[in-house]
Amino acid sequence: MSNWALILYCGLITYLTRFSMIALIKREMFNDRIREILSFVPSAIFPAIIFPAIFINDMGLIEIDDNPKILAAIIAMIIGIFSRSIIATIFSGLASYWFLIFVV
Amino acid sequence: MKSNFKIFLKGIIDVSPLMIPVVPFGLIFGVLAIDVGFTPIETMAMSLIIFGGASQIVLLQLFSGGASSLVIISSVGAVNSRHLLYGAVVSEHLSDLKLIWKIIISYFLIDQAFAISNEYLKKNKDHNRYFHLVGGGATCWVIWQSTTFLGIILGAAIPEKLGLSFAVPLTFLALLVNDFRKFINVIVIIISGLVATFGYNYIPFKAYVIVAALAGLFTAMILTKKNKKV
Repeated sequence: MSNWALILYCGLITYLTRFSMIALIKREMFNDRIREILSFVPSAIFPAIIFPAIFINDMGLIEIDDNPKILAAIIAMIIGIFSRSIIATIFSGLASYWFLIFVV
Repeated sequence: MKSNFKIFLKGIIDVSPLMIPVVPFGLIFGVLAIDVGFTPIETMAMSLIIFGGASQIVLLQLFSGGASSLVIISSVGAVNSRHLLYGAVVSEHLSDLKLIWKIIISYFLIDQAFAISNEYLKKNKDHNRYFHLVGGGATCWVIWQSTTFLGIILGAAIPEKLGLSFAVPLTFLALLVNDFRKFINVIVIIISGLVATFGYNYIPFKAYVIVAALAGLFTAMILTKKNKKV
């Protein structure tokens, strides 16, 4: 598939999930149970991006020793829990990462 | 009754604080897209056609990992499935609209616009209250397109040594800050993360995002069920 087709299809599926929520989905279609499960979607999906990006190195192997990303991510998480700020989380993580690779 | 323009303006003002984190997110997207091999035109097209931060970053992540198109598209679909949840909430406010407005609003309906307009729609009953959502969505659109553009330009100037790709997991981590306080969410986060990490090399077709997400949702299903019985 060409890059352009890929972009178009990803755009289409993103648009359709939004359109379906406005045009097709009615409140009655979801009972409380389904709504409760759907509320866990971010917690179920985002870690699948987060964890491999932290623990898996460029060679595709799990790296625990000598991996500054782990400590930086933990610092970002702690800052995030206390500040509840998206921007503070991102910047504290990047700052600690740079500190660990350039200074330490 | 307030004029359409006034409500539109209110949408812009209300969504503005939520735009602060969108700025680095857009910049990072622009920089990374060029980095993994998309042309500047393709990168701009992604922001214009897809117009969804999480979707676009997932696309880049899997694309650079060599996933097939089918896996990339279904993973993007999985990431977007959270939108279905909003549908149960917001559609009742928009049910009287003409189809053409539903088609237009659907393009602008992103997390931030939904978050602020849902509050407004609940409190106001004017028939033109949906202009609030259009105002918020249009604001996000302008910020997202301009920061993508800046990212594309800056990309060439940012040294690879900075490890900016690390901003991707950080951005998603930041989107979960409120979930870290809830016990069941933490378990779901850990299960999904472990499945993705250990399955990274073993789950075929780079489908680890989907498999991990399903494992996480299944965990949530079991844990919430148990909770109710007690």
